[in-house]
Amino acid sequence: MARYMIKRFWAMAATILVITTLTFVLMKVIPGSPFNEERGTNEAVQKNLEAYYHLDDPLIFQYIFYLKSIITFDFGPSIKKPSDSVNDMLERGFPVSFELGMTAIVIAVISGLVLGVIAALRRNGFLDYAAMSLAVLGISIPNFILATLLIQQFAVNLKLFPAATWTSPIHMVLPTAALAVGPMAIIARLTRSSMVEVLTQDYIRTAKAKGLSPFKIIVKHALRNALMPVITVLGTLVASILTGSFVIEKIFAIPGMGKYFVESINQRDYPVIMGTTVFYSVILIIMLFLVDLAYGLLDPRIKLHKKG
Amino acid sequence: MEKVLSVQNLHVSFTTYGGTVQAVRGVSFDLYKGETFAIVGESGCGKSVTSQSIMGLLPPYSAKVTDGRILFKNKDLCRLSDKEMRGIRGADISMIFQDPMTALNPTLTVGDQLGEALLRHKKMSKKAARKEVLSMLSLVGIPDPGERLKQYPHQFSGGMRQRIVIAMALICEPDILIADEPTTALDVTIQAQILELFKEIQRKTDVSVILITHDLGVVAQVADRVAVMYAGKMAEIGTRKDIFYQPQHPYTKGLLGSVPRLDLNGAELTPIDGTPPDLFSPPPGCPFAARCPNRMVVCDRVYPGQTIRSDSHTVNCWLQDQRAEHAVLSGDAKD
Repeated sequence: MARYMIKRFWAMAATILVITTLTFVLMKVIPGSPFNEERGTNEAVQKNLEAYYHLDDPLIFQYIFYLKSIITFDFGPSIKKPSDSVNDMLERGFPVSFELGMTAIVIAVISGLVLGVIAALRRNGFLDYAAMSLAVLGISIPNFILATLLIQQFAVNLKLFPAATWTSPIHMVLPTAALAVGPMAIIARLTRSSMVEVLTQDYIRTAKAKGLSPFKIIVKHALRNALMPVITVLGTLVASILTGSFVIEKIFAIPGMGKYFVESINQRDYPVIMGTTVFYSVILIIMLFLVDLAYGLLDPRIKLHKKG
Repeated sequence: MEKVLSVQNLHVSFTTYGGTVQAVRGVSFDLYKGETFAIVGESGCGKSVTSQSIMGLLPPYSAKVTDGRILFKNKDLCRLSDKEMRGIRGADISMIFQDPMTALNPTLTVGDQLGEALLRHKKMSKKAARKEVLSMLSLVGIPDPGERLKQYPHQFSGGMRQRIVIAMALICEPDILIADEPTTALDVTIQAQILELFKEIQRKTDVSVILITHDLGVVAQVADRVAVMYAGKMAEIGTRKDIFYQPQHPYTKGLLGSVPRLDLNGAELTPIDGTPPDLFSPPPGCPFAARCPNRMVVCDRVYPGQTIRSDSHTVNCWLQDQRAEHAVLSGDAKD
């Protein structure tokens, strides 16, 4: 296990290096600079600014400079808002984004599993068709459309929930719903199909032959095996919820990291781009790592220490 | 001898898109304490369906017991609720399945799966259950049970897994053990060990065993009594000696003739020509008539009644009927 962890750590470090390099290259390829504004800046001032932010150094030095900031996890001040450091932005934005993302994931997983299990147990019955129609809808409607529909219906027409911002639990309802529906649908469909398959397995018959109650058979014997495919997609679902949250945060005016991320790219705010990208990728990589660990816990046949 | 189970005129049908399949059509037999009762027959003859009816494990919705009774401890198992049946399954009647590689849950430890039935039926504490599991594992011949019960099924070989499956079935000391093709998925040496284990367990626990198989070699080794099933009906029931040395039904004879034997010195095997009848619309007469070398006119039209040859030996065949001799002599019998 320890060996596997160490191996994984190096792989994660390498992944982050690749991501930062690519981000750096892309960042520099996009034309423009933080100081290109419509009204035009005095050339001398611009030169001074670039020198101040080391933007006139050769690219390789800039690259090394960025790598250093990543290793120390100190991205310095934002160029556009010099009073604000990138670390401060992350500190402010992350808890909000985390709350939004995590709530959405938890809701998606729980409701997806419940829907999937019910559909599998009532296979080809009314509940199955109802749950699966819901799932197809959930998969087909992009979350930004769902978000606007939800706002129109529940905030504007019915006035049940506030349309934007992130100040109280009731503000969380619409954005988390908009973010959770897609992943929930995917989880529900996967759970249904793997559950249907597991329920025909011989060991389920063995469990029945022992006289166990249907509840125990489903929870103890079936669900655990049916979870495997769900765990597999969980990694990518977390990624899609993270990226989905950019849009949702924008629509609902939520002061999360997504806002900084999108703004920083528009404004070529290099330190902020770097900081948010690295931060997002670290989170994603950690999530994928946790998913892999969960495999080993769920299925004893997968041994993490043997082959990494 | 004490009768533990009595199956009377059991009928089971399956509803499918193609129509109704009459899988079991009037099966009757008794099971006595401590005996091994083998049900033999080819695939699709209804032997597994019969055992599933006893366990109450017929596939829901599609399968239905349409007639007959299964009497166990003065209760008709066909009329019990799901809940009552769950109390019997695993405690009084338990079952061993064909493939030990898939019969165990891959994600739970062997000890956990073994103890489950004890916790469910005997309301034991976990500690007491563990003790029971340990002694059961030693009974079925698993070395180092203390270590082994913490392991998962994939860490066991096929033969070992079948031993675990057997231990699992026996752990609540059931009255009846149904073994559905328990050795089919194993290679021959392991097969012999498992059969030996069956005999040993029976000596120790006096459990009655219903052995479902198509392997006459297995039957010859362990069965006390044998029932030969064909197309959902009982063709012949007798002691092992009756069936192997004095088979009366042409189907039984055909089965025995199609098994290789060492004492026949490489003589050709004689297969049974033809295929079993379609159970969507079974024939009104003897289902074996179409393949029978001794067919008579009556065989196609009327199902033969039971002829009792001795206390232990009964057969359903017109040839054994007292009237057959008269018919043959008078020349009525041939087409």
